[in-house]
Amino acid sequence: MKTTMTARIGYSLLNVIVIVCLLFPFFWMITASFKSQLQILNPDYLFKFTPTLKNYVSVFEDYDYLKYITSSFVVATLSTLGSLVLGLPAAYAIAKYKMHNLSLIILVAKILPGISYLVPWYVIFNKMHLIDTYIGLIMSHMVIGLPFIMWIMIPFFSSFPREIEESSWIDGSSKIRTFVQMVLPVSLPGIITSSLLAFIFSWNNFMFSFVLAGEKTKTLPIAVYNFMGGTSINWGALMAAACIITLPVIIIAMLAQKYVVSGLSAGAVKG
Amino acid sequence: MITNWLDRNIKWVFMLPALLFIALMVAYPIFYTARLSFFEWSMSAVNPSKWIGLDNYITLLKGKEFWDALWITFYHSSISIVLETILGVAIAILFSRKMAGAKTIKTMMMLPMVATPVSIGLVWLLIYEPSIGLANQLLKQLGFETQEWLGSVTQVMPSLILVDVWQWTPMIALITIAGIATIPSDPYESASVDGANAWQKFFHITLPLLMPTILTAVTLRMIDLVKTFDTIYATTQGGPNFASQTLNLMIFDTAFSRFQFGYASALLMVFFIILIVIVLLLTAIRKRLGGLE
Repeated sequence: MKTTMTARIGYSLLNVIVIVCLLFPFFWMITASFKSQLQILNPDYLFKFTPTLKNYVSVFEDYDYLKYITSSFVVATLSTLGSLVLGLPAAYAIAKYKMHNLSLIILVAKILPGISYLVPWYVIFNKMHLIDTYIGLIMSHMVIGLPFIMWIMIPFFSSFPREIEESSWIDGSSKIRTFVQMVLPVSLPGIITSSLLAFIFSWNNFMFSFVLAGEKTKTLPIAVYNFMGGTSINWGALMAAACIITLPVIIIAMLAQKYVVSGLSAGAVKG
Repeated sequence: MITNWLDRNIKWVFMLPALLFIALMVAYPIFYTARLSFFEWSMSAVNPSKWIGLDNYITLLKGKEFWDALWITFYHSSISIVLETILGVAIAILFSRKMAGAKTIKTMMMLPMVATPVSIGLVWLLIYEPSIGLANQLLKQLGFETQEWLGSVTQVMPSLILVDVWQWTPMIALITIAGIATIPSDPYESASVDGANAWQKFFHITLPLLMPTILTAVTLRMIDLVKTFDTIYATTQGGPNFASQTLNLMIFDTAFSRFQFGYASALLMVFFIILIVIVLLLTAIRKRLGGLE
């Protein structure tokens, strides 16, 4: 096939336009986080400015961000682990014993809006003194992580060859042992994909934490949102805080690019 | 032997913990919501909940706020989904060819989808800021009049739609790219022999073969689109003057700012029904057009 010069230039130009559109809000967020309030307010400093670390220092010194980062990390890690512990065996049972009626649960959990759980949770958690506790937050985030992990893992386990498991059973291994020692190690790529995304979903979660977390367990997205209160917004510090939440997610996504893309579009291509 | 018993009942041993968790955290709350929707209750210990029958539903259907929120939700979702689908499919077709840099672009497309929605909302809040935001500075440079963006009753929804399109067009594009990779090359070869041009190939081969993938992407996106919360709440909290209060935000405010839990529950039940209708409609369309059996 011949590609004319104009077609090639046009293609590159479209390339550039798409990339600029995708990236400019991130560019804006990062540059603003290194500017002083005055530089943000003045368009002359749009591209030319001397970067300052003042916003980052202020985020950690004046606003105690280390505490929120810890909270977010604890909740995201433990809710992902919890979802794996409950979700992996369940996904395996659905895949191997053809309990596909039960996979309907995943669909329902995906369709229902998060807020529909939040009203009853708030009432029940209040009675059980679970508001502003890690347990309450972790359980709420597991409601997102668990169906997601099952959704990714069911096709994974379905494609696992039955003969390998059967030979292991004949050798006298119990079914639980076969699952832990043979099935899980082979399914590692799927487990990694689903865990990374479950971690990101929990890390990013706003609505559940907004209602269920309090001063003791406040997570990053809520801390950043609360930052906006008051009459004048400290944009530099706000953008520094936004960078701090987003950075880990972007690093995870870049490192595990292949897995994340397939995880985000899983199941879609098969229809 | 306990191992034997475990082996014989392995499917339930594996399934039960997850089922119990879901029953406790998902099923029970839904029944609780359904029941609460017939009560009037503000979560006060002094005033217990009071059975009021269908009153919450009647208030809801008669009140202007619900219909406004429903319209705003519909407006936001329908325009966003159309723009995201057209742009997403166009970008997918553009970048599906094996060109240098295609992989980098896929990585970049992933970023808006995984970045924390609250920070995305805040960045756009700064971009739309009337006096210092990039949006108005750009307009000034180009010699146009500056706009109010999120601050204006008429512009707030288009501004929020733009945010959603920026954030989620990549999802449609990525799914479509994965779909394009599964299309066989023979139909194109025979079409070339028959002298078909690029447009004919697109409309007669690519688009029909991609239809099931595109419709699945649209369904997945639509389910989440109707429930958009984080970016809207972080930027406008439903304002100005309720102009961006979608159904999801209205329910959130009814429950957690006004503490009308009974009324919020009734709204939730209506929201469920709307979501189920949307899913059924989209499934019907997929069956019709996508050749899904």
